[in-house]
Amino acid sequence: MSNNNRRRFLGQALAVGGVALLAGCDRLNGNETFKQVLASSDKLTDKTFHALTPEAALAQEFTEADLSPYFKANGSVNPKTPEYLALLNNNFADYRLKVYGLVEIPLSLSLEQLRSLPSRTQITRHDCVEGWSCIGKWKGAPMGALLNQAKPKANAKYVVFHCADSYENNDERYYESIYLHEAHHPQSILAYDMNDKILDVAHGAPIRVRLERKLGYKMAKYILGLELVESLDDIGKGKGGYWEDHHGYHWHAGI
Amino acid sequence: MKGNERGTYKHRLPVRLAHWLNVICFFILLGSGLNIFNAHPKLYWGQISTFETPAFALRAKYGAHKDLVGYVQIGEKEYITTGVLGVSNDAMGKPIAVGFPGWSTIPGERNLADARLWHFFFAWIFVINGLLFFLWAWRSKHYSRDLHPTGTDWRGIFKSIWDHMRFKHPEGETAARYNILQKLAYVSVIYVFLPGLVLMGLCMSPHMGSVLGWLIDLAGGRQSARTLHFIFAGLMVAFIAIHLFMVLVSGPINQIRSMITGRFRIHEPAFASETPLEEKHHVEQ
Repeated sequence: MSNNNRRRFLGQALAVGGVALLAGCDRLNGNETFKQVLASSDKLTDKTFHALTPEAALAQEFTEADLSPYFKANGSVNPKTPEYLALLNNNFADYRLKVYGLVEIPLSLSLEQLRSLPSRTQITRHDCVEGWSCIGKWKGAPMGALLNQAKPKANAKYVVFHCADSYENNDERYYESIYLHEAHHPQSILAYDMNDKILDVAHGAPIRVRLERKLGYKMAKYILGLELVESLDDIGKGKGGYWEDHHGYHWHAGI
Repeated sequence: MKGNERGTYKHRLPVRLAHWLNVICFFILLGSGLNIFNAHPKLYWGQISTFETPAFALRAKYGAHKDLVGYVQIGEKEYITTGVLGVSNDAMGKPIAVGFPGWSTIPGERNLADARLWHFFFAWIFVINGLLFFLWAWRSKHYSRDLHPTGTDWRGIFKSIWDHMRFKHPEGETAARYNILQKLAYVSVIYVFLPGLVLMGLCMSPHMGSVLGWLIDLAGGRQSARTLHFIFAGLMVAFIAIHLFMVLVSGPINQIRSMITGRFRIHEPAFASETPLEEKHHVEQ
């Protein structure tokens, strides 16, 4: 082979090899065991990120001047489940936030009671898993203090958020979960106001969680209950959240 | 060509291992990164997304005949790119609105969840590989001896540029060492492009953002960090394209073999006097 032919051959081999490799990746992507191997790095990310950052390190906070003129609402934006419509029709007068599971004192709080608790206001950036960001102002009750009222049992490890919406209009309701210690992060709040107004339906009325060190899909909207559990095995399909169980998103959701 | 041929040991084992691991990781990180980008194929400067006024976007619109038209938007300018960017054929051959085409992404179908599984698994291997290489290269003086440009290198830069433009490649002992342009390329990749790529990626993490606020601000905001992540990836693609081209034009079999086995075949020119003696001395310093 002349040098030129050899170069052309190698160049073509490179292109063909690249395409074959991509096809190979596609086939691997169809293999559930392989995907479990890929997903296993989520634990490493979770452990490393928690080790690298102080537990109470705050996500960046901003000023009124930084607020997004348009704050995109994503996921469910207009829930149609009967229980949600019943609450909405009554302007959430019958709404009760339930705290249950591994607690000494189960709680049931009205919106009025939630609003009378000490509050935290924060202007933070919301980062969606899709890649976009918006800055909003949130006011709500710190989650840690509220859970302390319920006296979590020693074996409680996770907080599960149970929601009123059904993201893909099936029988399931949205759910998500975090470590109990993450609920004690200063910026973990149960928000009822957004940008100085009562939280609207699109953004999660009457209560949504704000977890400023997580991606958007973790910050469940339309919250009905906080359940404390020892393990996530019995929640949904066991991966700790609607997106995790149905679409394979990472549980850690900090990147 | 006349002259003697002899073998030399060019690439040490850690270099070869790190190189091929990097090849695998970068290939997958790029493909899965393009798929992730397709979830929101727009880039912005600053902290937040303005949605309708991106700095850069791959978009689709309907043409005069209700056909899908793909285009790249840069600032206020639009460039039609139907078939490749903005609109391309899916696996069935039907045109769909998608940022980067399926043949360039991992997986081929738009799938944010799966692409993220690939991306963050291989990001770990990539980062661990990079850190180990960095430590080894520093301890073994690979940086100071082989990669950092010397005074002689700098003085020879114009000659090197002129040689590259004529596709004239060094022969003999000099071929087994890196020339100044190679050194600059590798140094940019090792100290700027790759760390920049990883750090801008970390700046996108809401969790790491709680300790990297200063770096996010330095980048100009979280959306700027995302844009820079994309730009560094683009610089890496440009580097790889030039790198592969140079391998192809400078004796590809010999080059590829040396990155696999370490052995590099040196062709000693028949007339050694082509290289001035002083220059040879400098090279061997």
